[in-house]
Amino acid sequence: MSSYKIIDHEYDVVVLGAGGSGLRAAVGLSEAGLKTACVSKVFPTRSHTSAAQGGISAALGNMGEDDWRWHMYDTVKGADWLGDQDSIEYLCKEAPAAVLELEKYGVPFSRTEDGKIYQRPFGGMTKNYGNETVQRTCAAADRTGHAILHTLYGQALKHNTEFFIEYFALDLIMKDGACKGLIAWNLNDGTIHRFRSHITIIATGGYGKVYYSATSAHTCTGDGNAMVLRAGLPLQDMEFVQFHPTGIYGHGTLISEGVRGEGGYLVNSKGERFMERYAPKAKDLASRDVVSRSIAVEINEGRGIGKEQDHVHLHIDHLDPKVIEERLPGISEASKLFANVDVTKEPIPVVPTVHYNMGGIPTNYKAEVLTVNGSEKTVPGLMAIGEAACVSVHGANRLGSNSLIDLVVFGRAAAKRAAELIKPGMKHDEIDKSETDRCLDRFDKLRNSQGSNPTSELRLSMQKTMQSKCAVFRSEKTLKEGVDEIRKPFESMESLSVKDKSLIFNTDLVETLEFDNLIRQAITTMDSAYHRKESRGAHAREDFPKRDDENYMQHTLSWCNGSKTKINYRPVHRSTLTNDVQYFPPQERVY
Amino acid sequence: MVQFNLPSNSKIKKGQYYKDKTGSKNIRKVNVYRWDPSKNENPRIDTYEVDMDNCSSKVLDILNKIKNEIDPSIAYRRSCAHGVCGSCAMNMNGKNGLACTKSHSELDGDIDIYPLPHLKVLKDLIGDLSTLYKQYESVEPWLKTTKINDKENIQTKEDRAKLDGLYECIMCACCSTSCPSYWWNGEKYLGPAVLLQAYRWIIDSRDEDRKERLKKVADELKLYRCHTILNCTNACPKGLNPAKAIAEIKKMLATA
Repeated sequence: MSSYKIIDHEYDVVVLGAGGSGLRAAVGLSEAGLKTACVSKVFPTRSHTSAAQGGISAALGNMGEDDWRWHMYDTVKGADWLGDQDSIEYLCKEAPAAVLELEKYGVPFSRTEDGKIYQRPFGGMTKNYGNETVQRTCAAADRTGHAILHTLYGQALKHNTEFFIEYFALDLIMKDGACKGLIAWNLNDGTIHRFRSHITIIATGGYGKVYYSATSAHTCTGDGNAMVLRAGLPLQDMEFVQFHPTGIYGHGTLISEGVRGEGGYLVNSKGERFMERYAPKAKDLASRDVVSRSIAVEINEGRGIGKEQDHVHLHIDHLDPKVIEERLPGISEASKLFANVDVTKEPIPVVPTVHYNMGGIPTNYKAEVLTVNGSEKTVPGLMAIGEAACVSVHGANRLGSNSLIDLVVFGRAAAKRAAELIKPGMKHDEIDKSETDRCLDRFDKLRNSQGSNPTSELRLSMQKTMQSKCAVFRSEKTLKEGVDEIRKPFESMESLSVKDKSLIFNTDLVETLEFDNLIRQAITTMDSAYHRKESRGAHAREDFPKRDDENYMQHTLSWCNGSKTKINYRPVHRSTLTNDVQYFPPQERVY
Repeated sequence: MVQFNLPSNSKIKKGQYYKDKTGSKNIRKVNVYRWDPSKNENPRIDTYEVDMDNCSSKVLDILNKIKNEIDPSIAYRRSCAHGVCGSCAMNMNGKNGLACTKSHSELDGDIDIYPLPHLKVLKDLIGDLSTLYKQYESVEPWLKTTKINDKENIQTKEDRAKLDGLYECIMCACCSTSCPSYWWNGEKYLGPAVLLQAYRWIIDSRDEDRKERLKKVADELKLYRCHTILNCTNACPKGLNPAKAIAEIKKMLATA
């Protein structure tokens, strides 16, 4: 192995990732006086939170009566009863304060006539336990994520958070089942950095790039998830992958659900507003899994639009151009750029597109990572937040605008919990050299790959397999094939080719490390999907079309060692956190 | 008389030529600036023949195609691929822009791709933006208010509308790196990107620090190096107008 220059650091807490959740945690940690490092492979405002459009949910009641309990019911139902209701209660109850805090930080929210935060309708968000649409989603036009991310970065600057930018994290440092920090590669100068910390908070986002077509950024490779797998810990509910109903056909760019919130609607090739048939009450504002499946059925039954009849149309051309200009300027721009469509005159061609991972690193509502051997025990020193985490508040399907609120509520919760668990300046343990060696062995092996398979080919093969075998609709046949096929790109890594051997901004190696991370998550996703023989939320099995609460009201846990997985289950929490609200028992899910 | 020349290690050499291997009839030549800090070599221009029949519409698609299919060693930043993260700002046929939103059909002839001008190059198309980020930090980009309560600030629609055209900035640096004044005085002149951000907080009705903020930028170098060349506004891939923001700051100072 080549020798690497290693630079050591000691921090009370290390946050990995500088998107919405990582930054919110970093702000809270700095406020608590903890010495905090925030490590990110991209400059903070480049994080994918910037792409969130429609808004952030909170029962503020600025636009009519609202109650956090209604929000909770909607989230439980949206999650198809796979969410943990103690965590969901925490999310919805804390949401209003978290949004007001963001406003105080300076987020430029759109405003109502009386100067309050503007709220718009969103899919699955209802009044009085499912009775009628409510306006709960707080918006900064259709650039809410961008506005929040930039504001949170400003707050982190205000609190003098120490950033390590364009550092690519390699592995966690583990000792006797506890996390003691992480190792990262500084792309700017090629050095290796060893961060020792009492608590490591993973905030690395989702892994949308296991699919061929996704609204996700190129950088959404779930690096933290893979680090957890390599540390011998499980991921949870990986089979639940959200397809957003409206990605721009052919390009995958997101068109916000806010478009339907403001009155947009979907039509098929016959000009029918088909959502009326699938969701008579909520119509185009049913939850995302329902709308995506409906579009898929329309296309499968020959009512798709275009030469290949493979997409549908989203109309907003009936809306007042002034409303579009004020509330949906970003999607007008995106439609022009990527579909060459003037939204005031023409419909947008759209198709369900991979968008969000409900699954991830299992945690409790305090953001502490579970689980030792599938138990409820926490892993000392390790936390996870944001899309990387599976708290689980989104269960089998996330409601639109529940992800941004998840970021800030649990980012804040993680900082609070960390401040309870540790005191500033505590002494650090000695770490055995073997952890560093193990990490750098993998790094060095990948860097010096001399085989014949370029990373880009293996990645494409993985993406195509996921796209065709683990899509909106799944069956025993497609998943069985998928379970076999998805291992091929993993095995082909034996003869991997990495051309660039340098250490400064070696993006060939970065993409290879990212692929090594992605493929492990692809395998756990496929295997978890294969083993869940029911339909729930985003996981729709043609051969098991019904939800099976008796056998599967459980979280899937999947461990991955090489291409071998182990699947196990842990029960969904069937109680609330406090007596402020009653447990919502499972019901049939109709919109 | 004094002779001005580029230092010899800055002279750009001719690099490798990558001939098309697909047999495509629809080829476009793409010239890319390359420099590897780990080698003791001058920068070079590599030329790639790219099969345009199998390439999506944006310049970033070309770069991804080169990286995936021809030369994996080429280095550039990219993330969201739809113009919101600001990673893939670069210079294409002489103009700054985002590779992910720039259609290659809008570019004539061979395509020349360079890093953003006048930055220290870290590798290939990756420029060093650390000075700009430090300048951003110096305008204290956070809301300053003494109101401590658990209620939201009330802001009228009209006051909120003043932030439109400002808060959308994605800090891609296309504007600042196209500004001759910033090229000349980049260490001291804040440049259009950062001044637009400064104005975004100055004009926010919720902020209580307007006077102080104005005082801080009212400096011969920080602000008044803007000579209304307007390259910034011309370059902004988001259609924003940094020059106007700078003019507004000057106006507020003149009328204060």
